[in-house]
Amino acid sequence: MTIPQSHVAALRDAAESGVSFDGLSVTVDDETYTFATPDERHTGLSAADLADIAAANDAYVTNWHYWTRIDRTDSEQEFLRWLEHADELAVPERYDSLSEDGLTRLWGELSITTTLDAGKNEDGDGDQRRYSIRHEDDIGADHAELAVYHDPLDAREVAKHDDDGRYRPLKTAPTLQTGWAFTDLNGRALLRTIDFLYPATVHNWYLERHENLDVSHWRETAQRQTGIYDLIEELDGEQLEWLTEACCVDSQCLKRRQWDESADEPLDTPRGDGVFPCREPCSLVIAVARKLTLLEREQTHEYTFELTPSEKEQLETLIDTVADGHTEEIREADADNGANRYRARYLRAKRFDEHGQLSGAPTPDADTEN
Amino acid sequence: MSRAHAQSGTDTKQALVIVAHGSHLNPDSSAPTFDHADTIRESGAFDVVREAFWKEEPSIREVLRIVEADEVFVVPLFISEGYFTEQVIPRELRLDGWDVSTWESDGTSADYATYEAADIGSTVHYCGPVGTHDSMADVIIQRARSVTDDPAVGPGFGLAVVGHGTERNENSAKAIHYHADRIREQHDFDEVKALFMDESPEVDDIAEHFDSDDVVVVPLFVADGFHTQEDIPADMGLPTDGPGEYPVPGTVEDTRIWYSGAVGTEPLLADAILERASDAGAEISDAIERVRRSTRDRDVVVGKP
Ligand code: SF4
Repeated sequence: MTIPQSHVAALRDAAESGVSFDGLSVTVDDETYTFATPDERHTGLSAADLADIAAANDAYVTNWHYWTRIDRTDSEQEFLRWLEHADELAVPERYDSLSEDGLTRLWGELSITTTLDAGKNEDGDGDQRRYSIRHEDDIGADHAELAVYHDPLDAREVAKHDDDGRYRPLKTAPTLQTGWAFTDLNGRALLRTIDFLYPATVHNWYLERHENLDVSHWRETAQRQTGIYDLIEELDGEQLEWLTEACCVDSQCLKRRQWDESADEPLDTPRGDGVFPCREPCSLVIAVARKLTLLEREQTHEYTFELTPSEKEQLETLIDTVADGHTEEIREADADNGANRYRARYLRAKRFDEHGQLSGAPTPDADTEN
Repeated sequence: MSRAHAQSGTDTKQALVIVAHGSHLNPDSSAPTFDHADTIRESGAFDVVREAFWKEEPSIREVLRIVEADEVFVVPLFISEGYFTEQVIPRELRLDGWDVSTWESDGTSADYATYEAADIGSTVHYCGPVGTHDSMADVIIQRARSVTDDPAVGPGFGLAVVGHGTERNENSAKAIHYHADRIREQHDFDEVKALFMDESPEVDDIAEHFDSDDVVVVPLFVADGFHTQEDIPADMGLPTDGPGEYPVPGTVEDTRIWYSGAVGTEPLLADAILERASDAGAEISDAIERVRRSTRDRDVVVGKP
C-alpha cells in the first residue's frame, strides 16, 4: 500500500490542530503522534512511524485528503459526499465498493458513478475519485455503444434535443436523450457537467437540505411579472391546480415542486418524487400561464352535438393520447385505438363541416383577444 | 458561498455572466451566447464564465447562486437599453435597490452600476447592453468584412445598419442611429444609413436609400431567427429559397446586397462583451488583446478609445 508523500506531509501538518474526519483521528503532542481509526489505535509514533501507519491505512488517509484538501463550495462538497454515501458507509466498506463497481446514484435521469482512481495520480493532485455520468436507461449499455465525452461544455448539446431530435425548452423534462456518457471526470468537471444538464439543481438541493431554500410561491411570482406576463395574476387557485397538473408533475418535469399558490395555500397537485426541488414557477410555466389566462377569460357556451357513444369516447381517447404524449406509439393499423390516425380521419370526415367545425356547430366569437 | 473545505486562495475570483433572451421554441437562439462565452472561457479572462437566459436555464433568477466568485460582472447580450436591461434583468437578478438612473444614460450610454444581489449577497457589476458599446461599431465593420470577404471593404460600398424599430421604447432606434452615425463619421464607406423593419426609413426600399451599387446590410440582432432569416431578406426583396437561404451578394433593382445575417453571430462580439466588463472594472486587459487577435483579421479604425 502506498500513499503520496504529499499526503503524509499534509497529515503531519494537520495533526498540529488535530485531525478528526470520517473515523480517522490524528493528533500530535511534543512531536509524538497518535493515529486512530475505529479499528486500531497507535500512540507514541515518530514522524517516520506515522508515515508507515498512514500507508497501512491508506483508505482513511486518502479519504481525509480528498475531502479536506480540495477547494470546493459547501454544496459541491455535500453533493459529492452524498454520491458515495459518505454519511452511511464507513471508510473501509466505502472503499471496497468504490474500487469494485463504484457507487452509483440517480439524479433525475442521470446515473452517476463514483470510482476510485487509486494509483493513477501518484503525486496526490487530489483526484482520488473519478466520476462518470450516463442516462439511467443506458446503465447496462456497453461503452462502445455510447458517444463518450470528457468536456463538460459538450453537455449543452446533449441537453438540447430529445431522442427524436425535438428541442427541449425545459432542462428537467424527463426527455433527456440517451446514448452518451461522460467519463473520467474529476469532481469539479462532474459538477460543471451536471450544471449544464440540470442547471442549479445541486445548489438548490443543498439549500433545501439545510432548510434554506428560498421558495417563491405563485402569488409573489405572478406579482413580480411585468409586460405581457402581467396578467397571469388572474389565474385562481383551481386553475393553478390544473396548470401544475399540466406542467409540473413527474411525467412532465423531474423537479419536485416546492412552491404553492402561497405559503398558506398549498396546491393539491402531487409535488413529485424528484430528488431536487423546484423553488419557483419557471419561465416555461409562466409562458404557458399567460396563454391560459387569456383563454380563461372566455365565457362558456352551450353547443349541440350529435355523437355516438363510441365517438364521444374517441374524443376522450384523443385528448388523453395527446396529453400523455403517446401519439407516436399508436400503430398504423390499430383501428381499435380511438387516437389511431385512420380513426381520427374518419371522425373528421364524418363530423366536420367544410369549415372544420364539429357537427357544423358554429364557434361563437371569442369575447376576448387571445 | 463559503469555501470551508480547503485552504482557499487569496486571489479575488472574478466571474462573467452573459445574460441573453433565449427561447422556448428556437434551439438556435442561445447559440451565439454559448459561442461568445466559449471564446471568453478560452481567453482565461475570468475564473468563471456562465450563460443565463430569460427563457432558458439557468434562469437569470438562479444564475448568481451557481457562479462562485467574489465579484460578478453581468453583461446583457441585448442590442439596446430598454425593458429588458432596465427592468427585467435587474429585477430577476434581485439587485438590491436597483434604480435605472444610476446608469445616467441618455439611452445609449449606460456603462455599469454596482449592486448587491439580495438572495446571495454577492457584489454584482451590472453593465449596459453589449449592443450600445462603442466597440460594436468595430463588430459591425468586421461583419461587413466577413460577408464581403474583403478586409478593406468601405470605398465604393454603402452600409445599412438595420434595427427592428418601434419596440417597447425609443432606445432601440437610438442604438442603431448611434452606431450608424459613428461609422459614417469615422469610416470610409461611401454611405451609411440606419434602416428599420417597422418604422421609416424602412429596409423595404433598400435600393432607393443608396446610390452605391454595392450595399452591405448588417442587422443589429443578437441571434439569427425569424426576423433576420426570413423577414428582412423578404422585406428587401432578396430572392430566397427558404429561411436563411439567400444569395450573397443578391441583387435587388440593380443594387448588389451583401446581407450579413445577425451581427450577434460575429466572433468579434466576444470582444465587446469583454470591453463592457472591463469598463466595469474587471481586470482582463490581456484577455481582451488575445480575444481580439483570435476573432478578427486586423485592427479597424473605429471605436477604440
Ligand atoms: S415550475 Fe413546474 S415545470 Fe417548471 S421547473 Fe418547476 S416543477 Fe418543473
